[in-house]
Amino acid sequence: MFEKLRNPEGRPITVFVDGTPVMAEANESAAAVLLRQGPVWARTTPVSGARRAPYCMMGVCYDCLATVDGVPSVQTCLTPVREGMRIDRQLGRRSVAS
Amino acid sequence: MSRRVDLLIVGAGPAGLSAAVMARRHGLDVLVVDEQPAPGGQIWRNIEAVSGTPRAAILGKAYGDGIDVVRRFRTSGARYEPGTRVWQVEPGPRAYMTRNGTASCIEAGCLLLATGAQERPAPFPGWTLPGVMTVGAAQIALKSSGQIPSGPVWIAGCGPLPLLYAAQLLKAGGRIAGFLDTTPPGRMTAALPKLSAAAFAVPFDLLKGMGWLAAVRRRVPYVPRVTEIEAIGGDAVERLRYVTADGRSATVAAHLLLVHEGLVPTIHPTLALDCLHVWNPDQDCFMPQLDGWGETSEPGVFVAGDGAGIGGAAAACLRGEIAALRIAARTGRLSDAGAAAVAEPIRTRLRRALAIRPFLDRLFRPRADLFVPVDRTIACRCEEVNVASIRAQAAAGRPGPNQVKAFTRAGMGPCQGRQCNYTVAHVLAATEGRTVPDVGLYRVRPPWKPVTLSELAALDTTDMA
Repeated sequence: MFEKLRNPEGRPITVFVDGTPVMAEANESAAAVLLRQGPVWARTTPVSGARRAPYCMMGVCYDCLATVDGVPSVQTCLTPVREGMRIDRQLGRRSVAS
Repeated sequence: MSRRVDLLIVGAGPAGLSAAVMARRHGLDVLVVDEQPAPGGQIWRNIEAVSGTPRAAILGKAYGDGIDVVRRFRTSGARYEPGTRVWQVEPGPRAYMTRNGTASCIEAGCLLLATGAQERPAPFPGWTLPGVMTVGAAQIALKSSGQIPSGPVWIAGCGPLPLLYAAQLLKAGGRIAGFLDTTPPGRMTAALPKLSAAAFAVPFDLLKGMGWLAAVRRRVPYVPRVTEIEAIGGDAVERLRYVTADGRSATVAAHLLLVHEGLVPTIHPTLALDCLHVWNPDQDCFMPQLDGWGETSEPGVFVAGDGAGIGGAAAACLRGEIAALRIAARTGRLSDAGAAAVAEPIRTRLRRALAIRPFLDRLFRPRADLFVPVDRTIACRCEEVNVASIRAQAAAGRPGPNQVKAFTRAGMGPCQGRQCNYTVAHVLAATEGRTVPDVGLYRVRPPWKPVTLSELAALDTTDMA
């Protein structure tokens, strides 16, 4: 859905989206990385199971929630990526046990 | 665990940064906390990394200018804790926040809320589908991550931001499938009486805006007077339907639709504090009631920047400085008369910075039926409650937003009403024959950002008794 401009300024790192390694730039948000992985979505809703994708990118819509390094319901738009970060799309309600 | 500072500033955008610099100039102990990883707020997001790169040229001068404010802040001696989420403020003032998975409490002589604005929630059928985003979100992706839509994008909305982003996107080599202008007919006529004041005070800003519009109309399929939009698709947007004021309707292929209908102040913190709020009929939003220095009805709690009413970055900086002067006087670093004297020329500049607002507010006032969407529209994104369910509650009695919340769960999801509060208020007002200021918004309860039990368990408040 989105693509980097030809001249990215940051240092390339590798993160994992649902286990698949993808390139990212240090200091960009996990949500920004998700916007480059088609089909673009971050989670399914607890009510109807519909897919949701980052909508506001500034921390007010909570549609970009995903599981980051095992922690569920993380606002990925407020989470800078780190080398080796695991971003897993979240299915429905977060589990209390995880 | 609990710390004490003279001034706690929430938000590192134009208002928070400028307030910190001014307060430090008068010797206050200042802590700035912010959700983002770097200073600048939404308008100057990622400016330290982008300044001086080709991307700065794409984003333009108003963005690039932010680097000076950020540099002054960096050398001001204010402490700065990015990646911090504030989730409760109490009289005192006292603020609770989480950073790196640990909660803490800060007691402040004064608290300045420089929490800015959010894009006005503007629900329409299909607005929850992946492939629908706000224009602001796409612009943040450009600022913070250097990325643009990979295919032709539809832009729909009303306000300076869609025009600005369209101009930036074209400069960056992006493609725009079409620009659906939802500005209703007659707005220019309504705005014209305010034009001379704006042109006199900020002629350059006006010319800039006209340049964006000219670039869009010249280079992009431009559809004026759009009254309805709908995003259609299964797991993501596949098509877009729009209707214009003259009754023309079209359905087109679409994979990314960016929408924007203006900004509203962030008022969750002041609502949680039970501060007095007033309705701003020119901007169709609530804002905290403030005195001439930005102090709320809660002693020691100030608001500056777009959280005090939408005024833009230049005004935000000046409002931040004015609040900081009053706070410095409160702590005795400055006499009241001294603060008033220093504030005087800043107030003159503030009046000039705000002179374009009455013109912009009238020109880009959203269409009336934006506020009460058709029945099948999802009002509450989190709990997936549609407009019909809220209307049904109104028919069953004369409930306020809190009753609707209890009966339908609208406003109970993770965003805590940030995306549905105005829609619920407008639907109730329309159905019950009341006004939005009379209906009001949900009561905001702490924590107003989700907090985990482990974060709470780490909160040590034993020394606060």
